[in-house]
Amino acid sequence: MNNLAILPIILPILASVIVAFFPGKLNIVRPLSKIFMVVFLGVMLFITFKVYSDGMIVLQGGGWDAPFGISLVLDYLSIILVLTTYVIATAAVFYAPHSLSDQQEKFYFYTFFFLLISGVSGAFITGDLFNLFVFFEVLLMASYGLIVLGNGKAQLRESLKYVLINLFSSMLFVTTVAFIYSLVGTVNMAHIAERVDSIPAEDQGIVTVIGILLFFVFAVKAAIFPLYYWLPNSYVVPNPVVSALFGALLTKVGIYSIFRVFTLIFVHDTGVTHQLFIWLAMLTMIFGVIGALSTNNVKLIITYNIIPAIGFILMGIGLFNEDGLSGSIYYLMHDMVIKAALFLLIGALIVAAGTKDLSQMSGVIQRFPLLGWLFFIGSLVLAGIPPFSGFIGKLLLLRGALDQGEILLTVVALLSSLLILLSMIRIFIRGFWGEKMEGMTTNPSKVHALTIPATFLISISIYLGVGAETVLPYIDQISSYLLERTEYISSVLKG
Amino acid sequence: MNQPNDLILRTTTQLIAFLLLGFSVYLFFAGHNAPGGGFIGGLTTAAAFILMYMTYGYEKIKKILPINFRLIAVVGLLITLLSGIGAIAFGEAFLSQTSDYFNFPILGEKHLATAMIFDLGVYLVVVGITLTIILSIATDSDDDSNEDVGV
Repeated sequence: MNNLAILPIILPILASVIVAFFPGKLNIVRPLSKIFMVVFLGVMLFITFKVYSDGMIVLQGGGWDAPFGISLVLDYLSIILVLTTYVIATAAVFYAPHSLSDQQEKFYFYTFFFLLISGVSGAFITGDLFNLFVFFEVLLMASYGLIVLGNGKAQLRESLKYVLINLFSSMLFVTTVAFIYSLVGTVNMAHIAERVDSIPAEDQGIVTVIGILLFFVFAVKAAIFPLYYWLPNSYVVPNPVVSALFGALLTKVGIYSIFRVFTLIFVHDTGVTHQLFIWLAMLTMIFGVIGALSTNNVKLIITYNIIPAIGFILMGIGLFNEDGLSGSIYYLMHDMVIKAALFLLIGALIVAAGTKDLSQMSGVIQRFPLLGWLFFIGSLVLAGIPPFSGFIGKLLLLRGALDQGEILLTVVALLSSLLILLSMIRIFIRGFWGEKMEGMTTNPSKVHALTIPATFLISISIYLGVGAETVLPYIDQISSYLLERTEYISSVLKG
Repeated sequence: MNQPNDLILRTTTQLIAFLLLGFSVYLFFAGHNAPGGGFIGGLTTAAAFILMYMTYGYEKIKKILPINFRLIAVVGLLITLLSGIGAIAFGEAFLSQTSDYFNFPILGEKHLATAMIFDLGVYLVVVGITLTIILSIATDSDDDSNEDVGV
């Protein structure tokens, strides 16, 4: 029993309740939210340090032992993702006041924001499949609130689609959990893993079927081919700070769930399940990157770039060897940070240029050099140019793929990296270079205020790449721990 | 909605709203070891309020019950959270509950549980949220301090 495991969930809910008492008083709510976020980030750093020095932290809610109580598990993987979430949220809370209108902020933005953080952390931490569903609902509820925040017909239309598709996949999720419960009689993930292992080999076909069903539930949230069609439009309509949170966190919760479930529970028929992932990963990369090249809307280009990144992460899960998993975890962390940073930068770029249309932009770098160079670095990081963090992740993934003899996968992955670079550099060349355009913003201090939080994220991203020596041992520790499985199961079940 | 010929509705509401409120208190206290609880108690209370709104009209009830239901929901959420955090303060696992029997002067021996505090929070959240939703659909007035964002 250790109550540290509840803190990443309970602290933001508490903050969301406190700021909900005075939604209209922005001069109190803004500094309060910033202070909360910085303090929480400190707490998370402390907990991360504690997990890596003393081993995983397991909390059985209400003092009921597993498998009867609700387990919250802070293991090496979940804590590192929770920490990344808090880093992004801290940048977002400093960005929000400059990006949102006062009216939008007053409409409970900070309440929904903290609820979203709580839901995302909960999904990372929970050790119980049904509670994973509950935390999905918490984060979706908050995201419904955030996505309609704003104005206009397009936003309402896309939010409606977003709500419908998520309701459908939530229903499928509960149904699948019911299937699992009827098969093994438990919803605690460690307990499921233990019981599935004891099912005789000739009866394990049904387990694989349920596994694939569950995969499709998560694939809707994670935006994997062919279920990504809802993503680009609904992520592009909200305010940049909301898009940054969605792009960096929500799809990643989906892919994390696949990660957890297919390294812990459904691992006995990798010939079917994990081979399927490799094919879907390839298609996800190809279609995502085609989308990114097909448009002139700068925000839509970034949004489409979420999809190939999911392909890369899925590829490592499909490979299911140590290099592959390390690469996936590294890429997951890197992508959360860089996606948030790029969305924040694009928000600043749109304010600076006064348009979203790439064909009408040019020469922004002449007035905003910091923004331009940060964006350039961000593009290189995203495409995986050494020595940045995308390169480390991709190197590990490709090494894993070559070990497995997946030549086609390697080629597709390399080619799509190149196309990602093309799609990003297109923004840089056409938007930042060239003649200084007419109609640039008359309010440069706003652009500078928007650039600062992104600078914070970009520098963390650079550290992940340049300082890979210091990060990589921990990542390797996670992947060997995931392949081992027994440590998770025994820590949870012994209570 | 406030027609002059709704005599039957007005007369019965006086009785039914009273019964509903009483029953909701009963349900709330029955909560932790019999059917009932904060959720269903809150819904019953909300039903009584809505019946009153339907019978006497929004303006009148607003004068009699000047309650900000959004605030009620937030307070309820805070109570619920604090009941969970309380367990941490006593060094127990989050959300741990306890209960005991107490003697009261008139009521006699009663069973009191800390789950009641959690339930009280749920009760307030349900009342607050239900009435916020229904009243914001039923009325178009923007008389709250928060102006609409205009979605």
